[in-house]
Amino acid sequence: MRAFTYERATTPAEAAAASLRMPGAKFIAGGTNLLDLMKLEIETPTHLIDVNGVGLDTIETTAEGGIRIGALVRNTDLAANENVRRDYALLSRALLAGASGQLRNRATTAGNLLQRTRCPYFYDTNQPCNKRQPGSGCSAIGGYSRQLAVIGVSEACIATHPSDMAVAMRALDATVETVQPGGATRRISIAELHTLPGETPQTETTLQPGELITGVTLPKPPGGAHVYHKVRDRSSYAFALVSVGVIVQPDGTGRVAVGGVAHKPWRIEAADSEMPRGAKAVATRLLDGAKPTPENSFKLKLVERTLGAAIASAKGARS
Amino acid sequence: MQAPHDSAVSRRDFVVVGSTAAIAVQFVGRSPASATPTLTDPAGAHMVSLNVNGKTQELALDTRTTLLDALREHLHLTGTKKGCDHGQCGACTVLVDGKRVNSCLTLAVMHDGDEITTIEGLGTVDRMHPMQRAFVKHDGYQCGYCTPGQICSAVAMLEEIRAGVPSHVSADLMAKPRLTPAELRERMSGNICRCAAYSNIIDAITEVAGRSA
Repeated sequence: MRAFTYERATTPAEAAAASLRMPGAKFIAGGTNLLDLMKLEIETPTHLIDVNGVGLDTIETTAEGGIRIGALVRNTDLAANENVRRDYALLSRALLAGASGQLRNRATTAGNLLQRTRCPYFYDTNQPCNKRQPGSGCSAIGGYSRQLAVIGVSEACIATHPSDMAVAMRALDATVETVQPGGATRRISIAELHTLPGETPQTETTLQPGELITGVTLPKPPGGAHVYHKVRDRSSYAFALVSVGVIVQPDGTGRVAVGGVAHKPWRIEAADSEMPRGAKAVATRLLDGAKPTPENSFKLKLVERTLGAAIASAKGARS
Repeated sequence: MQAPHDSAVSRRDFVVVGSTAAIAVQFVGRSPASATPTLTDPAGAHMVSLNVNGKTQELALDTRTTLLDALREHLHLTGTKKGCDHGQCGACTVLVDGKRVNSCLTLAVMHDGDEITTIEGLGTVDRMHPMQRAFVKHDGYQCGYCTPGQICSAVAMLEEIRAGVPSHVSADLMAKPRLTPAELRERMSGNICRCAAYSNIIDAITEVAGRSA
């Protein structure tokens, strides 16, 4: 691990301002992904701003009837929150499908959104990777790509976003709240937070340098039956090959977001309108324009089948 | 500084004495990649106060020191084990303010004032914690390397169930979590046992859970 200096911030604005003062700084909250990457010298911050003491650790109801989740709410606490379990079950389910008990106790809401890909070539510092070393090439294309993205990919990168929670947040129309180094705040739709790789896969979000996520808001409860299906190589503590989050309403309409297939949680609103016509129709629209590799083309069929199972499960849960 | 465990021959001493020449050579002149760095870097030392097993410990640490390395290398509490050092195996599991965490994936400087409980704080050879006793009774280990992490994890996991935290296999998110083997296995999935003592580990946890439920 490279040497770094360390400070504890006491307010979100102080943390954001500190990042301006210290080029090369990073925020640290749970640290479960950042420290993993620092040990491998994939992340090499020269200064860490510990934000664990800035508050932002509560879940509150909003005037609109939704909830505001503080950036530092731990994954365990979010999944176990009574309002979340009752009204946003998809979010609880997605969180509980991810990581381990120990990791969920530390990992935070904002950190989960900002975790980096688990592409094996991003992690292997002996291999070229455009995300880790821009311009060096992509080892995954033509390499071991079974886990990797099938849609929204580029010639530069086929990495996936690894989060389960973000898939649920995407289906739930979450909004991310931030504070910028100058003190200004803004709101970013979850759909706009993560970017596709394009020619700059090292850029993963629309956050500005030093911009700090302070919370995530969810609109009023969407109702319906919530199901999160995750398909993976072992039944617990593994990243998704494909995951599907659905909310199905009594009239058969609903929403779908998919994980494990793209550089961001994948949702196409036009595909939602295919819900009454079934999984095949939704998956066809959702994956229109997919460019899988020979190793991961199975994901196209897997999305359709997992979606079919999730919709059937949602309908069963309602009756 | 606290004295190392004072039993006649600790497992650590035994391992060192019993090492083959080949293994010894591997570590000469090359410290393990993730060992705590010395305090010669520009970052300098940070003062941290940790409450470990009920005792306040003031430490001057390089900022890079993980909680795991602070416990093992600075406080000589070697019950907590370093397995993968990347949060994948759970051997380093300790309790921070009562919650189980991977001590390898958190910095010691981030825990100023926190209460840390390690396996040494749960029980001793003479006064074992009920979970330790159950692991012995049910033979919940073979080599024993993952055991301190398994036991710390299991103790905190039962508290999570008591607090109503659901799991991936809970059929009903709104219901009180059940103490089934499937629930326990899912909740313990962050602790790997390479010897695969899993069925005995579940027996041990089930016995303690039944007693305290």
